[in-house]
Amino acid sequence: MATHTHDAAHAAAHDDHDHKPHGWRRWVFATNHKDIGTMYLVFACVMFFVGGLMALVIRAELFQPGLQFVDPGFFNSMTTMHALVMIFGAVMPAWTGLANWMIPMQVGAPDMALPRLNNFSFWILPFAFTLLIGTLFVPGGAPAGGWTLYPPLSLQAGDSLPMTIFAIHMMGASSILGAINVVVTIMNMRAPGLGLLRMPLFVWTWLITAYLLIAVMPVLAGAVTMLLTDHYFGTSFFSAAGGGDPVMFQHVFWFFGHPEVYILILPAFGIVSEIIPAFSRKPLFGYESMVYATASIAFLSFIVWAHHMFTVGMPLAGQLFFMLSTMLIAVPTGVKVFNWCATMWKGSLTFEVPMLFALAFLFLFTLGGFSGLMLAIVPADFQYHDTYFVVAHFHYVLVPGAIFAIMAGVYYWLPKWVGRMYDEKLGKIHFWLSAIFVNVLFFPQHFLGLAGMPRRIPDYATQFADWNMVSSIGAFGFGFAQLLFPYIIWKCVKGGEKIGNRAWEGAHGLEWELSSPPPFHSWETPPSMATITRGAEH
Amino acid sequence: MIRTAERTGTALAALALALIALPASAASGWGLLNMPEGVTELSRDIYSLHMTIFWWCVAIGIFVFGWMIWSIVAFRKSKGAKPDTTMVHSTKAEIIWTVIPVVILVIMAIPAARTLIKIEDARGTELTIKVTGYQWMWQYEYLDADIGFFSKLSRDSDVARQLLSGIDPNSVPNYLLDVDKPLVIPAGVKVRLLITAQDVIHAWWVPDFGMKKDAIPGFVNELWIQVDGDKTGTYRGQCTELCGRDHGFMPVVVKVLSVDDFNAWVTAQQAAQQQASTKPVNTGSES
Repeated sequence: MATHTHDAAHAAAHDDHDHKPHGWRRWVFATNHKDIGTMYLVFACVMFFVGGLMALVIRAELFQPGLQFVDPGFFNSMTTMHALVMIFGAVMPAWTGLANWMIPMQVGAPDMALPRLNNFSFWILPFAFTLLIGTLFVPGGAPAGGWTLYPPLSLQAGDSLPMTIFAIHMMGASSILGAINVVVTIMNMRAPGLGLLRMPLFVWTWLITAYLLIAVMPVLAGAVTMLLTDHYFGTSFFSAAGGGDPVMFQHVFWFFGHPEVYILILPAFGIVSEIIPAFSRKPLFGYESMVYATASIAFLSFIVWAHHMFTVGMPLAGQLFFMLSTMLIAVPTGVKVFNWCATMWKGSLTFEVPMLFALAFLFLFTLGGFSGLMLAIVPADFQYHDTYFVVAHFHYVLVPGAIFAIMAGVYYWLPKWVGRMYDEKLGKIHFWLSAIFVNVLFFPQHFLGLAGMPRRIPDYATQFADWNMVSSIGAFGFGFAQLLFPYIIWKCVKGGEKIGNRAWEGAHGLEWELSSPPPFHSWETPPSMATITRGAEH
Repeated sequence: MIRTAERTGTALAALALALIALPASAASGWGLLNMPEGVTELSRDIYSLHMTIFWWCVAIGIFVFGWMIWSIVAFRKSKGAKPDTTMVHSTKAEIIWTVIPVVILVIMAIPAARTLIKIEDARGTELTIKVTGYQWMWQYEYLDADIGFFSKLSRDSDVARQLLSGIDPNSVPNYLLDVDKPLVIPAGVKVRLLITAQDVIHAWWVPDFGMKKDAIPGFVNELWIQVDGDKTGTYRGQCTELCGRDHGFMPVVVKVLSVDDFNAWVTAQQAAQQQASTKPVNTGSES
């Protein structure tokens, strides 16, 4: 091992050995994990604004009772497309982008294990989304049956149906390839001496996420393929008239769908588990229990799917089983929240932008967890189901949950990626606007749902007008505040203050042992045991 | 653009005013913050479950958020806090914060399971009504009384809800929650609804009755309602499963009558239906 004591400085000296292609070839033929990571993140950012624009169409229409702007059919397309674009276009590619950037640096590898696969899995996405967004311009309009694509309604779509299904197939293929790459990289490319239980939490949560992806994306592909054959090839998987069962689609879909929501949130747990210790200047409390809690959540995600469909008329035993298994999720999730709290306890806290976003995650994700617990109670769910209460719940776990964690991660690692510090003041403004408006936007939706407003309606009874107006004001505030995010990044890349290897005083991990910006091929030689030990003080 | 800006301005002013007048206008939209208690035993059971779990969440929230806020306030570097880097693990703490949540969950699961079992007990119903969802209306058939009719969005709402109709929804009574012909049921009687659909999946929901159920083509779901004997009146809800373009425009309206009034209504309906069904036979006898 002694011969392998190459370090960041040494690696940096190799920088001119890059042989990286220049111009457009660098991106189209990209095999470098950082370049591909950047493309994923830029793509996710573009999709975040596309999906956000759709959300603003929805909130503009819901600003007042009565129909002012759009046809109800187009409104349904907007809710459907907003979900598909945000889930498959924004959050998932953002996670893959962060995985691409960080996993090789964090495990002491030069690159991802399968660079050409990596290129392929990214370049599928622009085509998939061109196809999906293209449905807005075909006869019959974009899919309008909800992102859950429940038949028979989804089968009433026009030409958008096969396009949506093919787009979903491509996104699924992209996700599976990306996940395989993550698993192979983590399993085979770790630096000697970096045992599984010394990996950073972000690597751990991504490893588990990757297995979830490999397990469930084919299930979604199967479900949508059955929709396709039902529509075009005369099968009756989901048509009662032909002996099929429309509820079976819901079971198959949610067998994918529930693990999918953890695919969206587990890497967030990882990021928060890196940021809170860094800004508390204290190791993560209960590292191993964090790993086991993540694995338990992943396991439980496979046996709770029918809690999305308590109103379809299940046998009593089924309802009881899915209620109890769902409630159980609160236990490992609680362990995580308590561990994060204990990490801050007796720490030495500072509140830079990444920490602020992580703290907002901690508060607001917990709030979303509470409403999740309420939704698990089957009799109460008979009231909550398919109302704005559910909309409030899953937006609390996905916006201040997943999205805030992605932003926290970007602010945390951006200085490492570009070797420059972002504008802390602008970052704080971005944070406070986001944190305030996200609550103005989503908190009143709890009230609306409890008072009886169903989700996915373009117009509502007049007693719902007041809180809808507040929610819409929050939406526009939140939406416009997000424009700061790309601006801050651009400004940082163009001319932020130069920083050293370790951008944050309390940051630990192998990525901080590399130069800022890191060399093109991150760890050309594996880090030494001393470096690993220094980095692995979780 | 100017109109939109004006509208936004008016809305902001209205918002400010409404916030000031908040306590005074508890009956308007601002006061609608919680689930209705409803008018059936089940809806009250569900409401009390909802409130129980809500207060549990509040209690846990006070503890967890209190812990977070305490840490944020007390352990600031700017206040000279020194990190205790030896504090990395405690099996005792971890067992405690695994076991206590499990106990709380069991405490919550017991009443929930009890209520669920009660909900699923559909024995002893005295009246059966078949409810069928269509794009976009409901059909009600009284299986024991040979009465059947469709129920769709009332004309006033339907005109006002058209894109840029120019009609102020506030001027339409029960905007979007009114139908031409409501479902009529007796108070104090256990009524069984058999719920299905003709085309796509719908869901039948009246918040005051505590429950919703999906209406699925090819399947028949069961739901029972027993409105308190003294709670006659009109109750409103909506379709709650996305069912296409006009999903937002197929309300559920239920008129609850006393048993005597209900019997009179049934008789009148049967007579009317008789008349209606004989008429076309007479006029169409030639073909």
